[in-house]
Amino acid sequence: MSVIKLDRRNFVKLASVAGAGLVLGVTISTAKAKKGGGPATEHPLGAFVAVGTDGVITVYVSKSDMGQGVRTSLPMIVAEELDADWKSVRIRQADLGKEFGRQGTGGSSSIRTMWKPLRTAGATARAMLVGAAAAKWGVEAKDIAVANGVVSHGSHKATYGELAVEAAKLAVPKDVALKDPSKFTIIGKKANRLDTPDLVVGRSQYGIDVKVPGMLYAVVARSPVFDGTIKSVDATKAKAMPGVRDVVKIDPIGTDLPWAGVAVVADSTWAAMKGREALDITWSEGTETTDALRARMDELITSGAAKRAHDVGDVEAALGAADRRHEARYEVPYLAHACMEPMNATASVTRDGIEIWSPTQFPDWIGSSAAKAAGVAPEKVKVHVTLLGGGFGRRANPDFGLEAVLLSKAVGKPVHVQWTREDDMQHDYYRPPSVHRMTGGLDANGRLVAWHHRMSSPSIDAYFGENDAAGSEIGGIDDLRHLIPAFRLEYGHAQSAVPRGWWRSVENSGNAFVVHSFLDELAHEAGRDPIEFRLAMLPEGKVVVPTEERQKDYAFSADRLRKVIEIARDKSGWGSSRPAAGRARGFAAWWSFLSYAAEVVEVSIEGGRPRVHRVVAAIDCGTPVNPDGIAAQVEGGIVYGLTAALDGEITIDGGKVAQSNFHDYPLLRMSEMPVVEVHIVPSTAPPTGTGEPGLPPLAPAVANALFVLTGKRMRSLPLRIT
Amino acid sequence: MATLTINGKTATVNAAPDTPLLWVLRDELTMTGTKFGCGMGLCGACTVLADGEPVRSCSTPLADVAGKKITTIEGLSPNGSHPLQKAWIAENVPQCGYCQAGQIMSAAALLMKNRKPSDADIDEAMNGNLCRCGTYQRIRRAIHRAAGEVQS
Repeated sequence: MSVIKLDRRNFVKLASVAGAGLVLGVTISTAKAKKGGGPATEHPLGAFVAVGTDGVITVYVSKSDMGQGVRTSLPMIVAEELDADWKSVRIRQADLGKEFGRQGTGGSSSIRTMWKPLRTAGATARAMLVGAAAAKWGVEAKDIAVANGVVSHGSHKATYGELAVEAAKLAVPKDVALKDPSKFTIIGKKANRLDTPDLVVGRSQYGIDVKVPGMLYAVVARSPVFDGTIKSVDATKAKAMPGVRDVVKIDPIGTDLPWAGVAVVADSTWAAMKGREALDITWSEGTETTDALRARMDELITSGAAKRAHDVGDVEAALGAADRRHEARYEVPYLAHACMEPMNATASVTRDGIEIWSPTQFPDWIGSSAAKAAGVAPEKVKVHVTLLGGGFGRRANPDFGLEAVLLSKAVGKPVHVQWTREDDMQHDYYRPPSVHRMTGGLDANGRLVAWHHRMSSPSIDAYFGENDAAGSEIGGIDDLRHLIPAFRLEYGHAQSAVPRGWWRSVENSGNAFVVHSFLDELAHEAGRDPIEFRLAMLPEGKVVVPTEERQKDYAFSADRLRKVIEIARDKSGWGSSRPAAGRARGFAAWWSFLSYAAEVVEVSIEGGRPRVHRVVAAIDCGTPVNPDGIAAQVEGGIVYGLTAALDGEITIDGGKVAQSNFHDYPLLRMSEMPVVEVHIVPSTAPPTGTGEPGLPPLAPAVANALFVLTGKRMRSLPLRIT
Repeated sequence: MATLTINGKTATVNAAPDTPLLWVLRDELTMTGTKFGCGMGLCGACTVLADGEPVRSCSTPLADVAGKKITTIEGLSPNGSHPLQKAWIAENVPQCGYCQAGQIMSAAALLMKNRKPSDADIDEAMNGNLCRCGTYQRIRRAIHRAAGEVQS
């Protein structure tokens, strides 16, 4: 009998039933998590490991897979400590459940936060299986060997499947020993993605693929103006369209569902789309423009209204005494996530409760938000997490799921709500734009001695009602206070109705461009090689221990940052070989999500447009779990960053987003793909983020290379050569 | 009512003739392997083959494919054994995977015409398929790998 066929919610009960095998739940609580991400989060965790009598090891993956490969790498951690045969491992996506702790996926934290709990779960299961063998054979557990799911002692031999039932009867041991990393056989070796075989035959199930019996399809007309309202609706024509069942108004619910909308519910997606075209709606008008916001940001910076966030040393005195001062203004635009799978969700609201199928990064968030919105007790909400066709932070928010819930409640049937590309691009939680002014001071030896940084943006945290607007905005800039003797950082939050959210690498995406471009400027001012200049800022042995207790295993190490810079430098030929004619190299490095990344790019200009030919990246993310997966994540971060660097810009006009589809918000295509090399630093440190840290260094590295090519400093994104 | 030939089988569908093939496949025939990305033929996620030619099913009305042999990702091979499918697994191409059905179908059309494509051939054939996860480098490797297998 294979436990894989059993419903998970019965596992605890079935654990003691003969035939079901060993089912183990492990819950380890840690500190409270922060929504959406950022490195300073630790998630309370739980995970089920099930060992079937057929020897199948089922690992419940409590994190959402949006492409980062956690449905392979998290089971690897369990299998390693369990000494399981990797071929016997199966994955099941965990539904929303308290036993899993916080399930939200973000902040490049899945491997980091699941590392200990999943190792413990695997080791505990192993101890119980070995314990069952020891009792059966009358030998000491410590003398028993395990390899590939086969337990042996002298002439005795048994498979995990044969021991599962007896193992399940044993008490769960506490404080099991974890493996010495030198004994790892699964962790650290390339594993092929477990999801790929289904994927290449079209069998994988994303949110858009969910079909529920009796389900209707909905498409929603949303206010094009943020915070806009419906002034009038005439649904007569829409209701007369073939296949249209109903037209339903949707009222916004704060930041969880910021869009006023009119939904057309129909028998098919196409009928709903045609029905929506036939709606006659008058929306309220808006006035916001990107230019007006930019003016507000500049005003905040220059008027002195920005608040001091960090102040180390005497920056005024240090700048006054500096041999040379250099000042510059930088800016970055709004960005949309543009996941390949447009937002969508399916929900069924009945008298018994709510069932949701959603490609969500945060089943916990949509679960609690849906309960509130539909007036249902939270325990009556079931959330199934599908595969996510991209996430990048966008799928943290519960808005699309809430629409499905409200519509199902209104029409009394299951409803799949499907967004179009235009809906998706014009109703995002955007990466905020920001404006920066920096003054740097160099001493007579060309050393960086002072940095005064003023920044303004419409804050993500402020959008979600957090008190500290700077909290989500200044990351990475603030780290400079540990490396520059005199440092001041001021931040001003600019009001805006445009929703903001967590875009891959969040504030690091813009801040790295600003800081590392300006560092490059200062290096050139000082007449020094940019890499040598950067390395000089990293004193040997310097460690910055975080103040938060739970982060203490992840202190910033100048040596680790130096190491990735040296690898990128040496592997790229920086300083040792010339790039091909017409090309130049650029460099940047960044510490984010507790990982260290450095990149050297090789760039030319083709047809008036930057062309990136090669990217040499180095990453130190602690213990590498699935190296090929890490390489893929860094490659992905680089492409996401390159798309933003070359073309990424969302503009606002009349309170609406001006862009609508891939013709005016283009993504990088095959013909512009650089050759990307990823070098992973061997390490036994606790694992840290990989999904985001590859992104931040890309844009500044390209801009720095363009400066070498053109002699012109580009201080705003995207990098348009004029 | 229209009759289509999909993956070697005949299917009768009720959708109106102006309905895009994509939605007929996905909603009426529940063949969900073909994906919706942009609705304008800009991203290639919905690519299927019509008489061996890659077409964007999101912007191809049902009426345009009547009488043509349509191949979707579900019908590319009987059991996932197409050289491209094997190469996609070996190179760990997909990340989120959402665009990959379209990528594979475009690559399949390329290999039918060109058994040993160069990098430039791949750029040309694959430039209409977007991948937000940035798997292009692996797609390129997988196409070369599959081409090698087709050759040998």
